[in-house]
Amino acid sequence: MTIDQPARITGLFRGAVEAVALLDEIPLGLALLDSELRVIALNRGAEALLGITRRQARGIPCRHVLRNNLCLHNCPARRLTPEAQPLCLEGNIINRERQKIPVRVSFAAVLDLDGQPVGYLEALEDLRLLQQLGAGKARSYSFATIIGHCAEMQRIFQILPGIAQTDSSVLITGETGTGKDVLAEAIHQASARAKGPFVKVNCGALPETLLESELFGHRKGAFTGAVEHKPGRFRLAHNGSLFLTEVGDLPLTLQVKLLSFLDDKVIYPLGGSSGVQVDVRVIAATHRNLEQMARDGRFREDLLFRLNVVRLHLPPLRERGEDLRLLLDHFLRTLTTEFQRPIKGFSEAAMNRLLAYPYPGNVRELRNLVEYAVNICHEDTIEVQHLPVFLTTTPTNPAPAATSTESASNTAPAAELNHAAAPATAPARNWPEAERRLILDALTRAGGRRDRAAQLLGWGRSTLWRKMKHHEIDG
Amino acid sequence: MAQKVLIPLDGNEVAPRFDLAAEVWLGLLADDGRVSEERTLVLPQASAEGLCRLAITEKVEVLICGAIEDEYYQYLNWKKVRVLDSVIGSRRDALQALAEGRLDSGAILVERAGTLLGAT
Repeated sequence: MTIDQPARITGLFRGAVEAVALLDEIPLGLALLDSELRVIALNRGAEALLGITRRQARGIPCRHVLRNNLCLHNCPARRLTPEAQPLCLEGNIINRERQKIPVRVSFAAVLDLDGQPVGYLEALEDLRLLQQLGAGKARSYSFATIIGHCAEMQRIFQILPGIAQTDSSVLITGETGTGKDVLAEAIHQASARAKGPFVKVNCGALPETLLESELFGHRKGAFTGAVEHKPGRFRLAHNGSLFLTEVGDLPLTLQVKLLSFLDDKVIYPLGGSSGVQVDVRVIAATHRNLEQMARDGRFREDLLFRLNVVRLHLPPLRERGEDLRLLLDHFLRTLTTEFQRPIKGFSEAAMNRLLAYPYPGNVRELRNLVEYAVNICHEDTIEVQHLPVFLTTTPTNPAPAATSTESASNTAPAAELNHAAAPATAPARNWPEAERRLILDALTRAGGRRDRAAQLLGWGRSTLWRKMKHHEIDG
Repeated sequence: MAQKVLIPLDGNEVAPRFDLAAEVWLGLLADDGRVSEERTLVLPQASAEGLCRLAITEKVEVLICGAIEDEYYQYLNWKKVRVLDSVIGSRRDALQALAEGRLDSGAILVERAGTLLGAT
C-alpha cells in the first residue's frame, strides 16, 4: 500500500481519473473511511468545513478528524450492518477554527463486489444557513407554506417545530382541503429526517391485496406475478417519513400489520421469512372521525392510540375567521407572480362574494377559486365576473361587510347560467344538492356536451367528470 | 518546576471533544516527565462550563484537549490557562510530549494507519 500514490478510477471515463479529484467537485463535505474508521481521504468540501487538510487527516481515527458529537455517543458505524440502509443524522462538529457547526451527516457502508463492507462514506452538510432561516421562520405567522393568524393555527405553528424534531408518530385530522398533506410534508422538512425520503401512500387508493404489497413489499415468487423483489414503501422511506394519508380507509388486516410495525419497527414483506428493520417516522392523516370508527369496530382502537401520540387538528376554513382574507391575498399574490399577471387585488364586490362563500373544499378550494380568477381576469382588478359562475349563483352566507348594493351588482355578470339556474323549483337545501342542480343545468344548456358544460361552470373537464361521478350523474 | 495539567479523557486518549468529556485527568507534571498527585475524576455530566470551572478552581496551568469552542478557549486563556487544543493521542504520549517541550496545538501523536488514497 503506497500512501502517496493517487488512487484512480478507471472504466467510467475514456481515461483514468483521480478519485479524490472527482470527490472534490461534489459541493458537500465527504470523508472516505476504512473499515477501522480511519480517514482515507477528504474532499475539498470536508477540508474547508473541518479546517484540516487531507494530508493531515490521513490515517487518523475519524472521531479526531470530524469531531462530531455523534462520533462519541451515537457512532453511525456501530449502527450499520451490511444489509442496513444508509443513515442520516443531525449533529454538530467543532472545526479547527474552534467553531461549533450544526451538520447533517449521511453515513453509508462501502461494499466490495461480494457485498462485504470494506469502508464507509460519510457526507457532512453544513446546516448553519438553514438554521438561521429556521430562526426567522419561528417569528412569522407561518410554517413552511402554511400561513394563518387565527388562534388555532397559531397554536399549531408554535408546537410544530418541537414536534418536527421528535420521532413521535403524528396524526393529522381535518376536513378535506385543510392542508393535511402540506402539513405532513412541512413536519418532515423541519425534522432531522429532512434529508431522507418523504414517502406518501394513499391508503384509500388501492385494493387491500395491492396495498399490502405496496406498503410492506414482497419477495420474488410470493404470489403469481411477483417476478422480482419489491422493497415496499416502508423500506423506501427508510431514514425518512412515511405519510399514510386517508389512514381511516386502511383495511383492518393491514391495521394489524401497521400496529406491529409501530411496536417493533420491523416489517415483514409478503412471502418473506424474516423481518426487516426500518427506521421510519409515521405521519398519518384522515378526514374521518377515527374515534367513532373505533367505536363502530371499523378502526382498531389500539392502532388509534399508537398513532395518536401527537395529534394536530387543522380547522376548516369557515372556523378560521380573519384567515380567509389573509389566504385570499396570499394566493392572489403568489399566483399573480407565478402567472405573471399585473393584478392588484379584488374589487370590493368580488371580495365580499369570496368572503361570503362557505368553502366546503377549504383552502384547496379557495386556492382554486383564486387561480381561476387570475386566469380569467385580464384587467388589474378581479371583479365578480372573473369568479367562477357557481360562486355567483349559489346562495351563500351573508358576508359581514356585504351591502345591498353589491348584491345587486353580483347578479349581473353571471347572467349566462343565472337565468337557467333560477328555476321555479324550491331552493336547494344544501350545497351538494345545489351543485348537482348546477351540473344538470349546465349539461342541459350545453346539450349534453361536457366540454361546453365545464366551460359554463368554470371548471376543468376532469373536475366536472369527477363531480358528475360523485353525484351519480350519467353523461 | 512542575506544572498542573488537566486532560479531558475518552478512555486513555485525549477526548476528541472538550465539551463532551465526562472524565478528566489532573496531575502535576515535572520537567523530567515525572507525574505526581495524579487523579482521574468522573464528572456527573459532560459540560464545557463545568470543565472550565474545574480548571479554574484547581488552578490548572495547562489544558490539553481535542476540539474546544472558541468561547471557552478565549476564557481559559484570559484566566491564564495555557490551552493546547486539537491534540490527538494518548494521555501518556501527550504528557511526555509536553514534558519534552514539543507539544503544540494540533499535535498528532498517534501512528497513522496505511491508507489507500494519496493526496494530490
